[in-house]
Amino acid sequence: MLKRQAYLNDQLLTFAVWFSAALVIGVFVWILSDLTFHGIAKLNWSFLVSAPENAGRDGGIGPILVSTLLILGVALLATIPLGLGTAVYLSEYTARGGALARFIGMSLDMLAGVPSIVFGLFGNAFFCIWLGLGFSILSGGLTLACMMLPIFIRSTESGLASVAIEWRHGASALGLTRAAALWHVLLPASAPAITAGLMLSIGRALAETAALIFTSGYVDRMPDSLSDSGRALSVHIYDLSMNVTGGDESAYGAALVLIVLLVVINGVAASLSDRFLRLRITTL
Amino acid sequence: MKPAEKDLLICAASPTAYTLGEIELGAACCVPIPHIQLENLCVSYFGKHVLEGVSLDINKGCITALIGPSGCGKTSFLSTLNRLTDLIPGSRVQGRIRIEGVDVMDTNLDVLALWRKVGMIFQKPNPFPLSIRRNIEMPLREHGLRQRDDINERVERALHDVGLWEEVRDRLDAPALALSGGQQQRLCIARALALEPSILLMDEPCSALDPIASAFVEELIQRLRNRYTVVIVTHNLAQARRVANYAAFFWMTERVGKLIEFGRCQSLFDSPNHELTAAYVTGISG
Repeated sequence: MLKRQAYLNDQLLTFAVWFSAALVIGVFVWILSDLTFHGIAKLNWSFLVSAPENAGRDGGIGPILVSTLLILGVALLATIPLGLGTAVYLSEYTARGGALARFIGMSLDMLAGVPSIVFGLFGNAFFCIWLGLGFSILSGGLTLACMMLPIFIRSTESGLASVAIEWRHGASALGLTRAAALWHVLLPASAPAITAGLMLSIGRALAETAALIFTSGYVDRMPDSLSDSGRALSVHIYDLSMNVTGGDESAYGAALVLIVLLVVINGVAASLSDRFLRLRITTL
Repeated sequence: MKPAEKDLLICAASPTAYTLGEIELGAACCVPIPHIQLENLCVSYFGKHVLEGVSLDINKGCITALIGPSGCGKTSFLSTLNRLTDLIPGSRVQGRIRIEGVDVMDTNLDVLALWRKVGMIFQKPNPFPLSIRRNIEMPLREHGLRQRDDINERVERALHDVGLWEEVRDRLDAPALALSGGQQQRLCIARALALEPSILLMDEPCSALDPIASAFVEELIQRLRNRYTVVIVTHNLAQARRVANYAAFFWMTERVGKLIEFGRCQSLFDSPNHELTAAYVTGISG
């Protein structure tokens, strides 16, 4: 009797697990196929390189793609060094579980949960107006960096913290300085966690709309410089689907490009981190 | 030159292969020249004493085994010798430790130099996630060695010393973590030896290895005698008996680790002075 009950429970659990997984994958596949189905007709080379016409109904997304990549580039340039520095400080230079580390950690967790529209308003007030950068790619990228930092720092920090204590003690016992241990042992060992954090933050940045409308603006022509306003892909999609009647087809096309861009960037990041690891392992 | 030092030099100049019998007697060249001197050493973590009142001299060129049950402070003792306790939060060391007459506890002491002079081998092999070559080369570079030939020579010599050269010469650039456990431990020893330390601390270096790898490492430890002062923690009494010239027996009394007996390995095992030692080495307690 008991055996039968256990068997039933087992079956139930197996079903529940499979069902949840299938549901999640199903939703993902649905979104992807819907996007592909509607967007694939738009997707060709001239769509990628030409400028939008007729408020985006016709033409392509060339300038928008360029603005998006520039904004992302600015954001990454600010996030990676600042984030690595802060994460190293938190995990290596403050007492584990000390008051200061706890306070900074809590602030970061709160920042990570702040709605993006708040970041947009902050970015507008601080970068655009206070620092006088105006509506520009620079303002947009720096605002995005503020949003990416908490995610990136937290995942890098936990990567560093999970490096085996044996390696730390080993490094000290060999008389390595803290910098050498970090550079040769701790950072390479936590490279997978750093890459994962980077991918999460890039995902967040590419998906961001609200924060960018207030900071990098929505001018859809080709930006001349970093201090020029530029429209990001997500802003373009939002505009097409909300404000432009008859823009749905272009919106689908742009959305498909955005997804492909995410996949490509993640792939490149993963292979770079792989390459980096192998480089550290074999050569100087 | 004192006669004792002369003896030591003669022996160091002609490395000997000891028979088991000679080791049991304590090698002839193990004339007691104190290398590490400890006076009234106490170690505590967050105010709780784990080791108290340890005083002993560890002799140059000899192998000293630390034996005793788990938790009696052997590893803490070992970590104080190179101040690795600095890295353990809440730890506090009192007393006096001198290595070649230099006060190790001195706050102005260059700890990096100390760590270089006193190598340490851990229970679990801990090669870095780098290639075999880089594991040895990187610390050398960090200590200021720049000449390519010099570095290569030291890497090769260190690998020869631990008997790993023939096994890895064709794959020096392969990841060190792909080696077997015994090979990894020997690589760690090679890494420590490449820095040319004078003292090697070993914390149960064979306990994570299979019997064959363990025998290999043990044989290697035997060969380190005379060239290095070795302090080894081991739970394997037979191993302590085989390799060590001196043995120190630690025991917990009133929840604090204490040094019960210290002496020539053979006399500690065969005619212990203390009844606790006698009970432990004959397997009655502990």
